Amino acid sequence: MPRIRSSFVSYNVPPMQDVFRIKDFQLTNRLFVGTGKYATYDLMQNALDASGCQVVTVAVRRERLIDSAGKSLLDYLDLNRYVILPNTAGCFTADDAIRVAMLGRDLLEKNGNKGAGWVKLEVLGDKKTLLPDPVGTIEATKELVKEGFTVLAYTSDDPRSAVRIKEAGAASVMPAGSPIGSGQGILNPLNVSLCLELLKEGDPSYPVIVDAGVGCASDVAIAMELGADGVLLNTGIAHAKDPVKMALAMKHALEAGRLSYQSGRIPKKRYATASSTFDGVISYIPGE
Amino acid sequence: MTIVVNGTKREATDGTTIRSLLAESNLAPEKVAIELNRRLARSDKYDLPLIEGDEVEIVTFVGGG
Repeated sequence: MPRIRSSFVSYNVPPMQDVFRIKDFQLTNRLFVGTGKYATYDLMQNALDASGCQVVTVAVRRERLIDSAGKSLLDYLDLNRYVILPNTAGCFTADDAIRVAMLGRDLLEKNGNKGAGWVKLEVLGDKKTLLPDPVGTIEATKELVKEGFTVLAYTSDDPRSAVRIKEAGAASVMPAGSPIGSGQGILNPLNVSLCLELLKEGDPSYPVIVDAGVGCASDVAIAMELGADGVLLNTGIAHAKDPVKMALAMKHALEAGRLSYQSGRIPKKRYATASSTFDGVISYIPGE
Repeated sequence: MTIVVNGTKREATDGTTIRSLLAESNLAPEKVAIELNRRLARSDKYDLPLIEGDEVEIVTFVGGG
């Protein structure tokens, strides 16, 4: 039987070795997956596993003192496997975001997880849109950097806000594709690509992660094809009919999008370009 | 004395500490983080007696994106 050589088989740099850095964090996987909204912890664990992610996000909330079972999310996350990225979700002022970041760091320090060094900063404007407040985000970024945090700042897709947040000291800027949990995907690819261009100008390894709004696997691929260094998502997996299968789809989309970006796409052309040469055709050609 | 724990006012006996509050609620200190009067309280503060009007926040991680 003839051996069929596949170019895929000879591809010798698996995406898993496609390392990138966010300050002191060296990462081998570019998908950041949230832990919210899963029907059960079991489903969450299986979805995280299927996604291949290395970083998982968590939120900080009041302990429910009446929960006699005493079970915590920490009991369901393998802290040796995952780097935990605590967020400041639910904060509408810089002060509150800083308080929450300090609490998250303390909790991760107690548990010996590397995530103690960083925070996913969210300073939101209002509960309905969950859109970021750029002024509060910049204030909190400056303060958290002083406190020694590696700040990954959630922001809108506005390129100028993104630049200001980088200037405030954020180790990574994370523009939203569309509102949190909306599943609308990348609504303004032009703005996201301008964010990428401006943030990486003269600093090509500056990490930019598309955060929020991902609804399905193709959204992840689009973000990566635009040149994002990673994608952060939660609801797109957690609320899919089959979260584990969707997690796997997201993983493959991330790899596909990354490879597609690295490969350099063809320019878009107005007219067709024949893949089969016209030399030697035996047919009638209109207009010739 | 009256203290506030996670937003709820409650009576506490003199000598109540963060550690004793946690024990009362069956909470392992390494599974929570604590704020005392809106400032992070690290583990070395858990054995100090609380005083009238102290506001304690006991938080942990929950699912989030």
